[in-house]
Amino acid sequence: MTTTTATAGPGERTAGKTTPGAARGPRRRTGRIRRIGLPYLLLLPALLLELLVHLVPMVIGIVMSFKELTQFYIRDWTTAPWTGLDNYSLSVDFNAPVGEALLHSFLVTCAFTLLSVGLCWAIGTTAAICMQDAFRGRGLLRALFLVPYALPVYAAVITWAFMFQHDNGLVNHVLHDQLGLTDKPSFWLIGDNSFVALLVVSVWKGWPFAFLIVMAGLQNIPKELYEAAGLDGAGVWQQIRRITLPSLRPVNQVLVLVLFLWTFNDFNTPYVLFGEAAPEAADLISIHIYQSSFVTWNFGTGAAMSVLLLLFLLLVTGVYLFLTSRGRRSARA
Amino acid sequence: MRSIRAAAVGAVTMSLALAASACGGGSATGGGSNDSPKELTYWASNQGANVEVDKKVLQPELDKFEKQTGIKVKLEVVPWSDLLNRILTATTSGQGPDVLNIGNTWSASLQATGALMPWDDKNLDKIGGSDRFVESALGSTGVRGQDPAAVPLYSMAYALYYNKKMFAEAGVTEPPATWDELVETGRKIAGNGKWGLGAEGSNLSNNIHQVFVLGKQHGADFFTADGKPDFTSDGAVAAVKQYVDLMAKDKVIAPGNAEYAQNQSLGDFAKGKTAMVLWQTASATFRTMGMKDDEWGVAPAPVPSGAPGAGKQTNSMVAGINMAVFKNSDNIDGATEFVKFMTSEAEQKILNKAYGSIPPVKAAQSDPAFNGPATGVLRETLATSAAPLPQVPDESQFETAVGTAVKELFADAAAGRPVTTESVKAKLAKAQQQMPTK
Repeated sequence: MTTTTATAGPGERTAGKTTPGAARGPRRRTGRIRRIGLPYLLLLPALLLELLVHLVPMVIGIVMSFKELTQFYIRDWTTAPWTGLDNYSLSVDFNAPVGEALLHSFLVTCAFTLLSVGLCWAIGTTAAICMQDAFRGRGLLRALFLVPYALPVYAAVITWAFMFQHDNGLVNHVLHDQLGLTDKPSFWLIGDNSFVALLVVSVWKGWPFAFLIVMAGLQNIPKELYEAAGLDGAGVWQQIRRITLPSLRPVNQVLVLVLFLWTFNDFNTPYVLFGEAAPEAADLISIHIYQSSFVTWNFGTGAAMSVLLLLFLLLVTGVYLFLTSRGRRSARA
Repeated sequence: MRSIRAAAVGAVTMSLALAASACGGGSATGGGSNDSPKELTYWASNQGANVEVDKKVLQPELDKFEKQTGIKVKLEVVPWSDLLNRILTATTSGQGPDVLNIGNTWSASLQATGALMPWDDKNLDKIGGSDRFVESALGSTGVRGQDPAAVPLYSMAYALYYNKKMFAEAGVTEPPATWDELVETGRKIAGNGKWGLGAEGSNLSNNIHQVFVLGKQHGADFFTADGKPDFTSDGAVAAVKQYVDLMAKDKVIAPGNAEYAQNQSLGDFAKGKTAMVLWQTASATFRTMGMKDDEWGVAPAPVPSGAPGAGKQTNSMVAGINMAVFKNSDNIDGATEFVKFMTSEAEQKILNKAYGSIPPVKAAQSDPAFNGPATGVLRETLATSAAPLPQVPDESQFETAVGTAVKELFADAAAGRPVTTESVKAKLAKAQQQMPTK
């Protein structure tokens, strides 16, 4: 939609100028209305779609969070009683079981996100730097690295779920049967190890994206910088530390933010891996909210938790953007 | 210029279309009508080994119905993992099927939403009256004292399935009738990678079915008489502990079963890795898994006294599938007609034979197919020693909360952590606190 508008605007203007008789009063006015109105008209479908797909559901979600929306009312939402801030106070009362579980889930998600984003970034960047110089088979390796990112999530994660099985899983077969690293086969899909399982899958799925973005960023660093540094006697580590990483800074800022938001909100991975009741150690917030609304049929509380999550993510994103843009400004000055 | 005008016209048209489609959602409050009398949409639950099997079983019957009435039934078999979510979504949006299958334990919860057509006397008369159905099956169709939210379609019961060859090898001649005998039998068999009993530790519904029956045997219900959750009574705690102890203390369930949720325990049974499973109507599934009918036997599930009966000798839930009509169906007469067809004596015989279940329609039960050794046990259980799960609106929350607690306790047992009365009680207390307060 936007591309049409961009090209149509100037086109209309030149057409207006060359049309004979356009100078006369009323026609000129309609002409101007047309000229001003056209871009908006062309934007209208996109705007409506945006409203329909994004804003309306968000507003409905926020409205839901102030209602007592249980199975008695879901058939006709308008009859659900208003509860004011009850859903919120229930969610953040950390001494009561619901709030306590939400806090636990929140902390698990924070730890999971930090580790996952950190590892994705580190592995992706390392791989991108290693693949920077041309060598035989580089294209093949690059393509291979992107496979986890290109695979459909469901298919990939369900394969992991098979591999993590206690009795017949590949992971236990290698760790226990072949390498003998554990005394007895471990459980990966239930109990405390589930956190590790979730992290492994998340990193496996996420790092190719970091790799892709960093690789693109590396193409923009002029070769001359490295040559000059090489002449001045800088080693590989110094080149990476003084040239590559600072040059990648703008790319990394966006990359980390995107990875953070994706990972924090990830629903598919834990849902496919653990089903609707995730083990406590891997109870990510998105699946926790799902369980709080869909499985217990209390959509108001679920909506309140979602709004809290939205506020938290907005806050983090805002602070992050503020800090990074200030860094950029001071760097420029 | 012309292309711009065309684009502008296109933009306006598209905007109008969008606005129209946004406003055109189904009215959730509307009642039923008969606006499209020649068509029905039917959501069937997955009763056979997989969705394809169900389509093969049901389609010929739907064709028969079309021939009789001229009404075309569009069939969709919905897997269990999606069914409740799909029904909830349909309830919320008002865009649902005309006729649907529900798990009978959901009856009261779904009844509370008001999305299902109540089967009052007038509606029941249209399908031949409630007298046609077995009493126990009617007990799982909604809150007592209210018009049923659904009518029974297939009935099922839990029983103990055992591998005859493994029993013979271990020198076991009689299937166990009490829990002590079951543990003893299990211990005789366990060893060399073989195990006594299978379980689905991560399947919340199955956990509920098992602990509900054990609760009955300990004299506990999970709800008080006025429908309030009561998960931490001594009987309830003892029931949950007894079930998890089959893995933790008695060691007759393999630790790996703690993560089972997709009927892997049936696979183990068919492969001869476990000798027993407590399951509902498993015969058709065993057949598709390549087990011959004479390889397994079936006996009533264990009870404390060894003789199943009512009260503390309950050994099964009243399991089954109910059929419901969506209240805002646009072919309410056709939907009722279809329910009448599916609960007719002839169809009941055909369908229940195909699925290995028991017809909840009295007249159909006389067929010899339902009096064989396997189905006979199930029929007897339903008639004498099965109890319906609590018919309260919070039933589905109970399944999730307590089912998850049992799953976590199995995880503890599998990891070798102790499962004590205190730890069971703590988990159940947490589950109870998560229940809605109103």
